[in-house]
Amino acid sequence: MNIQAQRRLAQSVLVPAISIVCGFVVAGLFVLASGKDPIQSFLALLTGAFIDPFPGALTDTLVAAIPYIFLGLAVALGFRAGLFNIGAEGQFYLGALFGVYVGYSLHGLPGVIHIPLAILAGMLGGAIWGGIPGFLKARFGAHEVITTIMLNYVAFSLSDYLINRGPMADKHASAPKTPFIDPAAQLPVLVPGTRLHLGLILALLAVPVVWFLIDRTTIGFRIRSVGFNQAAARAAGISVAATMVLTMGISGALSGLAGADEVLGLSHFMPPTFSTGYGFDSIAVALLARSNPWAIIPAALLFGALRNGATNMQLQTQASADAISVVEATVIIFIAAPALVRSLFRLREQAVPEVQITQRESQGVA
Amino acid sequence: MDLAVEWGEVHALLGENGAGKTTLMNVVYGLVKPDAGEILFDGQPVLVHRPQDAIRLGIGMVHQHFMLIPPLTVAENVVLGHETTGRGGLVDVAKASRTVRELSERYGLEVDPAATVAGLSVGLQQRVEILKTLYRGARLLILDEPTAVLAPQEAQRFFEIVRALVGEGKAVIFITHKLGEVMDVADRITVMRRGKVEATTSPKESKPSDLARLMVGRPVLLQVEKKPANAGRVMLAAQDLTVVDDRRQPAVDGVSFELHAGEIVGIAGVEGNGQDELVEALVGLRPTRSGSVTLDGADITRRSARRRLAAGIGHIPADRHRMGVILELPIADNLVLNSFDRRPFARGIVRVFDAVGRYAKKLVETFDIRLRSPNQPLSSLSGGNQQKVVAAREMGREPRVLIASQPTRGVDVGSIEFIHKRLVEQRDAGLAVLLVSSELDEVLSLADRVLVIYRGKLVANLAGEAIDRNRIGLLMAGAA
Repeated sequence: MNIQAQRRLAQSVLVPAISIVCGFVVAGLFVLASGKDPIQSFLALLTGAFIDPFPGALTDTLVAAIPYIFLGLAVALGFRAGLFNIGAEGQFYLGALFGVYVGYSLHGLPGVIHIPLAILAGMLGGAIWGGIPGFLKARFGAHEVITTIMLNYVAFSLSDYLINRGPMADKHASAPKTPFIDPAAQLPVLVPGTRLHLGLILALLAVPVVWFLIDRTTIGFRIRSVGFNQAAARAAGISVAATMVLTMGISGALSGLAGADEVLGLSHFMPPTFSTGYGFDSIAVALLARSNPWAIIPAALLFGALRNGATNMQLQTQASADAISVVEATVIIFIAAPALVRSLFRLREQAVPEVQITQRESQGVA
Repeated sequence: MDLAVEWGEVHALLGENGAGKTTLMNVVYGLVKPDAGEILFDGQPVLVHRPQDAIRLGIGMVHQHFMLIPPLTVAENVVLGHETTGRGGLVDVAKASRTVRELSERYGLEVDPAATVAGLSVGLQQRVEILKTLYRGARLLILDEPTAVLAPQEAQRFFEIVRALVGEGKAVIFITHKLGEVMDVADRITVMRRGKVEATTSPKESKPSDLARLMVGRPVLLQVEKKPANAGRVMLAAQDLTVVDDRRQPAVDGVSFELHAGEIVGIAGVEGNGQDELVEALVGLRPTRSGSVTLDGADITRRSARRRLAAGIGHIPADRHRMGVILELPIADNLVLNSFDRRPFARGIVRVFDAVGRYAKKLVETFDIRLRSPNQPLSSLSGGNQQKVVAAREMGREPRVLIASQPTRGVDVGSIEFIHKRLVEQRDAGLAVLLVSSELDEVLSLADRVLVIYRGKLVANLAGEAIDRNRIGLLMAGAA
């Protein structure tokens, strides 16, 4: 690896790292202002995320990281095509709806068939919900930010209807929810006595798959070309419209996979308020990872740890769990404005120098 | 570097693209900060931090891309930012019109003060830009590539205006890379190369070939050597082609032509006369309203860009950065931008990087692309080498028809020679080349036949002896 590549790598790690530190500093000020001790609070956060109780704290952080990995990949893939998929949350819901339906309505199938079926159903649900805005953008130029946000609300209301009083409601339950899924459709637990399920393996497998898709396939090449320069991609014969629909469809499928995974691995049924902002947080995960599939893993772990540790922090020190939102928000501000971090910490911009050096002896052509 | 300009002279700043002419003038105009050195104006050292400082001193600049507000009138554009207000703080339109009329009469810059800028031709818009600087009291005018957008005859009228300005004792700095203009209009000439002054001379002391050598740093062939064309069968034909632009106005109006194998047909015209829309319609990037396009006898009017590329149409787009390349992608990927998903560059959906790398290496050698590694992003190349990447990609696919639009725009002289030589070579090998260029010299030196486009119509089809610079110039201006 040459010096330039090293510097680029250092920078791509350094800026997010500094952003995270800044996030904690700013959140610490908020905790301080609310009359609590920030050091104590963040120690409680760490303890809750990784140590106490053992091993449940650590595995619960991993469990929380699972949807972040899938959803982070989903949002990152959209970014690579220049598409801002804010609809991961809605696609997450659709994936869960489709997944849980296949999970509870079929019986007597072995797990090796039932689980993949339910997961594929979830991916299909998410792909439909992501593909719609992709189609609207490609066909009519409707901006995906608007349409994905709107489809989120449709997804929330749809699941509310289906689960509260619609066809998917469990008639025998006291609280509104869907029926439990067939035991065969449940994802196996990895560490006995904890909630850590097979979904972690699936999520970790999804990372190289998405990396391969983006970096090694013609589909990924189309996605990146469209993301960088639509006019040039079009002139080169790439169908921008088809690429957009496909990208949003795959992105939605990844979000849907996250949703199905949650119901199959964790809750085993679906309540009407199914997600607490996983899809929205994942925009931050993708930004923090700079849309690099591998970097999604540490970013998702960080967000999983924050989410899991927040409860302990609030219990132990009475510092509001909302401080975590401040951390997340500040991180995003710094990530979104890398120039800010560079000027604050006097990092040099990674300029690509003009190359005039010849690979063989320069010669006149006259 | 040093540069001295005197009152009452036209001082040409001559150099290739990227020689630093525009940067130097942006320093004078306060748009770019100098790292070292000073600016003297009327013998006094001055500090120019902002364009406002330059305007206050009496320095005016007309940029290559005009800075006008299209929906406003000529008078409003001229006084913009320096309006005189009448009663109630309203802009005194009558007074503005009067001043504009006075100025235009004095310098022969005829233009209607009440006309809307959006409706003016490019040549007239340029006059508005000059009026703007004069209204602000400019004594030194910097004109950045002023003739790039003008037909030859318009350029002649423009030179008369320039002479009138210096006749009044003003100084004009004229930035250009066209040798002919320099010989016509300049009193003194400063030649720049790679950010340095090579020489300061005058049209009397130097021949064009001397200036070219100073610009490039070595002797240059100003003419392309080529044998007479050996035209074969019709490869590309357009029949009554009508195309609309983005505002749905007809941009190409009933165009018909035939392009034979083994010939270069040039389309001459002032920019904005429908060339871009015509090219886009031919390569499948813009729908045609009526008429047809045939490739080697097959109707391709309804085919997508992708299928036309596959059928053997090569396309060098006019706007390299917008349509020709993807700056962020590696050079190798740019070389296979329209063939990345075909064998041997892909197996199914999996890309085969070995094949891409080998192919890129071959093209880099044949087209003499100067680079460090094909895996560097394309943005690391100079403009000339970027254009060679586009040319290599399109010619390397061995197309049957090549549509080359402004193939040497923003490219250094060395690369221009190289690309021209390649075009002629490919022609001799049987390629049908449609050359669209607003540089008349380029068309004249390469084309076997010349079509002239004016307001979306082909107004002439000239071959052999009929190809005459003066006549084409008149046709380009719509005056024949």
